[in-house]
This record gives sequence, C-alpha cells and structure tokens, in this order.
Amino acid sequence: MSQQRDEAQVVLRLEGITKRFGALTANDAISFDLRRGEVIALLGENGAGKTTLMNILFGHYTADAGRVEVFGRALPPGHPRAALAAGVGMVHQHFTLADNLTVLENILLGTRSLWRPGLGRAAARARVVQLSADFGLAVHPDARVGSLSVGERQRVEILKALYRDARILILDEPTAVLTPQEADALFETLRKAVGLGLSIIFISHKLHEVMAVSSRVLVLRHGRLVGQVATTETDRHQLAEMMVGAEVTMPRLAAAVPGPALLTLSQVCTPDQGAQPGLKHVDLALHAGQIVGLAGVSGNGQAALADLLAGLTRPASGGLHLAKAVPQDWSPRTALAAGIARIPEDRHKTGTIADFSLTENAILESYGEAPFSRRGWMNWAEAERFAKQIITTYDVRCPGPDTRIRLLSGGNMQKLILGRALEPGPRIILANQPVRGLDIGAVSYVHSRLVAARDSGASVLLISEDLDEIMGLADVIHVISEGRLSPGFGRGEMSPVQLGGWMAGQGFEVTNAA
Amino acid sequence: MRLEPIANPGLVRRLGFPAVALAVTVVIGSALAMLAGADPFATLGLIVKGAVGSRFAALETLNRATPLIFTGLSVAVAFRAKLWNIGAEAQLYAGALVTVLLGTGALAWPALPLLAVIALAAMLAGAVLLLGPVVMKTRAGVDEVVTTLLINFIMLLVISMLLEGPLKDPMGMGWPKSAPLQKAARLPRLFEGLRLHWGFGLALISALVVWVIQTRTTLGYEIRAVGQNAQAARFAGIPVNRVLLKTAFLSGGLAGLAGFSEVAGLKGNLTLDLSPGFGYTGIIVAMLALLHPLGVVLSALFVAGVFVGSDSMSRAAGVPTYIADILLATALLLMVLALLLTRFRVVRD
Repeated sequence: MSQQRDEAQVVLRLEGITKRFGALTANDAISFDLRRGEVIALLGENGAGKTTLMNILFGHYTADAGRVEVFGRALPPGHPRAALAAGVGMVHQHFTLADNLTVLENILLGTRSLWRPGLGRAAARARVVQLSADFGLAVHPDARVGSLSVGERQRVEILKALYRDARILILDEPTAVLTPQEADALFETLRKAVGLGLSIIFISHKLHEVMAVSSRVLVLRHGRLVGQVATTETDRHQLAEMMVGAEVTMPRLAAAVPGPALLTLSQVCTPDQGAQPGLKHVDLALHAGQIVGLAGVSGNGQAALADLLAGLTRPASGGLHLAKAVPQDWSPRTALAAGIARIPEDRHKTGTIADFSLTENAILESYGEAPFSRRGWMNWAEAERFAKQIITTYDVRCPGPDTRIRLLSGGNMQKLILGRALEPGPRIILANQPVRGLDIGAVSYVHSRLVAARDSGASVLLISEDLDEIMGLADVIHVISEGRLSPGFGRGEMSPVQLGGWMAGQGFEVTNAA
Repeated sequence: MRLEPIANPGLVRRLGFPAVALAVTVVIGSALAMLAGADPFATLGLIVKGAVGSRFAALETLNRATPLIFTGLSVAVAFRAKLWNIGAEAQLYAGALVTVLLGTGALAWPALPLLAVIALAAMLAGAVLLLGPVVMKTRAGVDEVVTTLLINFIMLLVISMLLEGPLKDPMGMGWPKSAPLQKAARLPRLFEGLRLHWGFGLALISALVVWVIQTRTTLGYEIRAVGQNAQAARFAGIPVNRVLLKTAFLSGGLAGLAGFSEVAGLKGNLTLDLSPGFGYTGIIVAMLALLHPLGVVLSALFVAGVFVGSDSMSRAAGVPTYIADILLATALLLMVLALLLTRFRVVRD
C-alpha cells in the first residue's frame, strides 16, 4: 500500500487524548492514527497508560482533553454503545461469555430485541458459520461455551465482535491464556482479518509477538507516546529500551548443580475446585540449587499445586515429603516453618492487604515471632526496621514504610513480597506467576533474585504461563495439563512446539502406559 | 454517573464532607422542628441545653452514654474483623441476667471481689451468646447477621419468661421485674456526690483497652488483617477462624459489660425495658466513630446528648422526641455518604 492511500484510509484517529487521575497523568496528549488493514501494536509497561487509553476509546472513561474520531466522525465521549455502533470491537483479557449458553446464543446476546425471540436465528447461524470460515475461527456454533477450551472461547469473543460488524478490533493481551499453537492460529486469524480490510490494535508486552504480528508499534511510557516505529525498522532490543527508557539485560544463567531433594510429591491427588482441576497422581521432586519450571495453559492445575505447596490444601491421597520428614499438620504456618517462601499468584488479593502499610504487610507472615512480637505484644519499631530493610535491599520505591501498600505500583508491591519471602533465607521458593503484569525492569529484577536464590542453594518452583520465561530460567521443565504432570525435561531438551504439544495434553497417555 | 476512587484524599476532603454532613443534619432537624410548629433555633438551643446545659443534664448525658460506649465498642471490635455482630442487644441482656443471678444473694462476698466476679461472668455470658453464631459461621457458613439478629428476639422472650416466672421479685407488687441487687453488688459512684456510677469509668477504661489491643497486640493485628483481607490473612498463616472466635469473645464480652453496668450501676434490678435498643444504637455509635475505639467514646457522648437533649426539648417545646431518632438516622446516613465522598469522586458521563 502506498503512503498516500494509507493517509486516505484513516479509520481511527486519536487527538491529544489526556486523562488525569488526581496528580497522576495516565494519558498525556496522545495522538495517533489507525489505517485500514493495519495492525498497530500498543506496547508499554504496566501503568504506562494502555488500558486507560483503550477505556477512553471505548467510552468507559471520559478524557479530560482530546477527541476520538472513528471513520471521520467524532465519538461522543463516555458512551460505550457509540463506540460499538461505530464499528469498534474489543476482546478483553477476561472473557465476557455466558458459560451456560451456546456459542451462537452468546454471539446473539444483546444484538436483538427481547420481544422478538428466535427471529432470524437461521440467518444468524449461517452468518456466524460464514464468519468462522472467512476468518479461520473454527468453533461449533451449537457448542456450549462452558465446554470450550480457552482458545475456543477467545474465538467466540472475536466472532462476537465481527458479528456486530466491527471494523476495528482491539485485543487486550490476547495470547496470555493461549498455547503457542493457539497463539499462532490467532495470528493467522488476524492476518486474514487484515486482508479483509479490518484494522487491529494489539495490546501486548510480549515483544516477539509484537514483532510477528504488527505493522507498526506504538510505545507508551508514563502516559506519553514515546515512540512510533514501523515494525520492519526495529528489533526487540530497541523496543524493550523504548519501553523502559534504559538498556535491559537478561540474567546470565550458569548451569545448575542440583543438590538433594528438599521436597517430593509422590502420587499426589487433590480434589477439583470448581472449574480448577485438582492434581492427578503427581510426582515431583524439588532439588536444592535448581529452578523447576512449571509450564502450562492457565487453569490446568497450577493453582492446585501452588495451594498444596503453600500449605493451603492437603493431599487427598499420595505423599508430601519434606527432606524426608512428613509434616504432621500441613498449613501455611508449617509450610513457612519448613522454610518454604511463597510468592502468590495474585499479589493484590492474596499477597498483600491493600489498606495495610508497608510495615504491616512486611511482617504478614512473621508477625507472631520474635522480634516482631513477644508474649502477644507487637514491637512496631522492629517491624518498621524490617520494612525499611526490605525497602532498601529490594529497592521498593515508596514514600516510606507508613505508606498504604495500595498506593504502590505492581512492581514495587511485588518487590516487597519478594523481600518478605526471601529475607528469612528460605530453602524452597514457590514463585507463582512472579512477574505477571510487571514492567520489564521489575521482571529482570525478580528473575535475577530468583536465580541468586538458586545459586545460593535454594530450590525454586517457577509457575508461569509465559513459555519464554520458563525456557529462559528453568533448569528442569514440567508441563501441567488437566492436573497431570509431565516428566521433567532438561534445559534445551524440548522445543517450544514440543512443549506446546504437552501443554495441549498430548503425550500423557503414553507416559501413563509406560 | 460513576464513582472514581481517589488515591490520597486531602485533609479538606476528609474533614469537609463530615462537617457538611453534620450541618445538613442540623438543617433537616430544623425543618422538622418548623413542621412541628416550633422555632427551629429555639428547638436546637433547647436540645443543646438539655444535653449539656446544666450539671444535671451533663451527668444524665454521661449516664446515657455509658451503655452506648460498651455496645459501640462491641460493634466496633466485631466490625473491624468484618464479623457482623447485630446481637449486642441480646448480649447486653445476657450480661444483665448474669448480674442479677449472681448479685441478688447467690454470693455473700465483699463488694470488690463480688463485683469483679460478676463483671467477668457478665462478659462471659455475652461472649458465649456470640460464640454460637460465629461457630456456625466458620463451620457451616451460616450468615451471622441473621443469627445474631434473631437471637435478640429470642433473648428478650427468655428474659420476659424469667421475669414472669422464676426471677420475678416476690416483693415487686406483681410487676415483671427481678429482685433488687444486694448492696455489695452495686457499682459505687465515680465521685462522691455526683450521680455518675463506675460503669462510666469502666467504659472509658474499656475503650482504652480495646484501643491498646487493636494497635499494640498481635491479636489486634490479626483482627485487622482478617477484617481487611481474609484471603491474604489465611495465605500468610493467620488462623482466620480462631481469630474470629477471639473477636467474638471480645465483642460479646463488651456488650455483656453494658448489661452489667446498667443493672449494677444504674437500675439495680432487671426489667424488660432495661435497654431501649442500646445494642442497635451501638451500631450507629460504632459507624459514626469509624470503628475507632476512642472515637466510640465521642460518638456515644454525641448520640447520648441528642437523646437526652431531645427528651428535655420535647418537654419544653412540645416537639415529639422522635426527632432524636430522625436526627441520628439522618446523621448516620449523611455520615456514611460523606465518608464515601471522601474516598470517591462522582464523575458524570
């Protein structure tokens, strides 16, 4: 496409979008154009303002200044329906589907009057089938959404937007829940959509995806648009630098020298928790001086394993052995006493208490022990000293130990949790999605700390949905699928595609038979 | 219209909105007084005068505030742990019942040990009454709002039955009231010559003790952690259910002390009208105090002042005493709204 034609076919224009929350400027005079048949990648650290910008575009927030134009017409601010009607469709990170309805019903939901039930259903069905074929979105229109895989649900979300004649698709972190194969299929769909004249805004923090799928990259930092480059004229390294505003280094990994097993699971089963599968005859050994990576698509039993090792649940059958001693009463306290450091998946809901100060959060796991308390009396001076120690050692950026932790960014919150977990010198570290949602700077910090802990003889279990993270850090990789655990693979033994196969559930039957 | 959270509300916001809430309460109160055909300024003046305008009035307010401090503390302690104890009324009567059972001749001890034992027993009675609902909550997920509320009615019926039956004062001319407490079981006056009993002193001490527990002890830390985020507390190894039981013990105990203080300090016997809803008013007191134990003392004085002042104003100006209930309800609703507005900004779409 020639440059001139591109200019003629601007489908979406943002002009000087500014949004302030109190003293924080979430979006600072952001302007850009989206052209027909183009994929723009919106790249930025957490808190860079991506979500705010999309919320303004979609009418959930009203901008303090600036205007949004779709197909040459200004959108009235603060009306989500106006954006929908103008042909903007959004696929959220967390799906908005009704599990008990079929695919077709979900797609039709809200598109027709309540007083004319069933009308035009056959025509609608034909249209959905046509759309699935055109865009390569294979999903059966009569399947119940509850029985679909995550990848299929995402296809339904996209179909939903397409059915409403969306000409502009916004995808918020669409690959976070997909296997590599599913992600590739998604990219294929996006290419088809672009070929059919749609325009796409792709929000992501995974640089290789951005490189693979987009034609232009916009980088946001601290609410400002700091860069706008054609994808062909840049590389991952430069993008990472633009995001953080500084050079990024990955931790250098020396080969691990594994020590004795510190924790073993033998044939452990746990009950299913609603939609979350329990563990199915899991064997796992965590050795000193080793990082074990647990790969898998979200919701395949990671939570069950994490809860078990954190002391929140007990094995229904099978054995949990700690350096050969079986703990009598398995609880968060005994887990902590056994030297297990826990970095929970959800730092806002599980890891911290939002309205507690940094000091109060720092001692959450050790408040009952000396020097923080004696005979039931708190020693707040000691607690504050401990918090200050974490703040300096782990570089937690905050106004002070009295600050309520809800005011901290995700990265600084995570650093406090990391400090709280690592400061006692744990033997086993359970890190569940330790870098999810963190900016690149914080990610490399957390990773270097985990590697340092490994090098000093701790055993690390790293649970992550990001295959790159697992492959970059883990000495041994296990894949979890529907609560079953694959055998351990050494570093470099498996390609991402092979691991993807295990993540999709292939190979387990063979192992069980053998 | 939507609400947007404010990260760090300023001092103007945090003090301004509650002040506006109180001002609006006064305006509404004045309007009601006008409706009743009275001069609004005179009415307000009479309320203030009736509450604190004389030595007698002030002492009356302090006496009325005493049970409200106890029940307010009881509610504040429980709500802090997100344990919704609506049953302070029943726990108060449990404390009062035990006071009468032990103080009408069952124990022939000197005053000090007798009062100490009765006070402890009253606390225990209130605590035990709350323990049941909390065990049902932690074991079976039964909503404690429902159970504690219903126990209030059951308790009143039980007291009624006892006052008509085994506890009925044989010298009571047939009235449904208990025998009077023995002399040693009566709380002495706080100061010689002032009509103010030791219950008020005990209430102030209780507020101080609760404040120390909440800020200085591991139990207080645990209670706050469980109330703010039970999931994080459980993950961190805080025994959530055990903390709830301890909270129930504290909360029920404080409400039990209210019953002890009213019977042993003020009334001297047990009747069915011992409490004109002190347990429920305790919820208002605690909410107005933002669950702060020392704030409870101030808000109990305020609430008591409004009640006592309105009583006296009603006699003088002929405006019904119901104005007190309306004023308090308005104050509470507006205060809740004001607190919301200190933390959220209203945004118009």
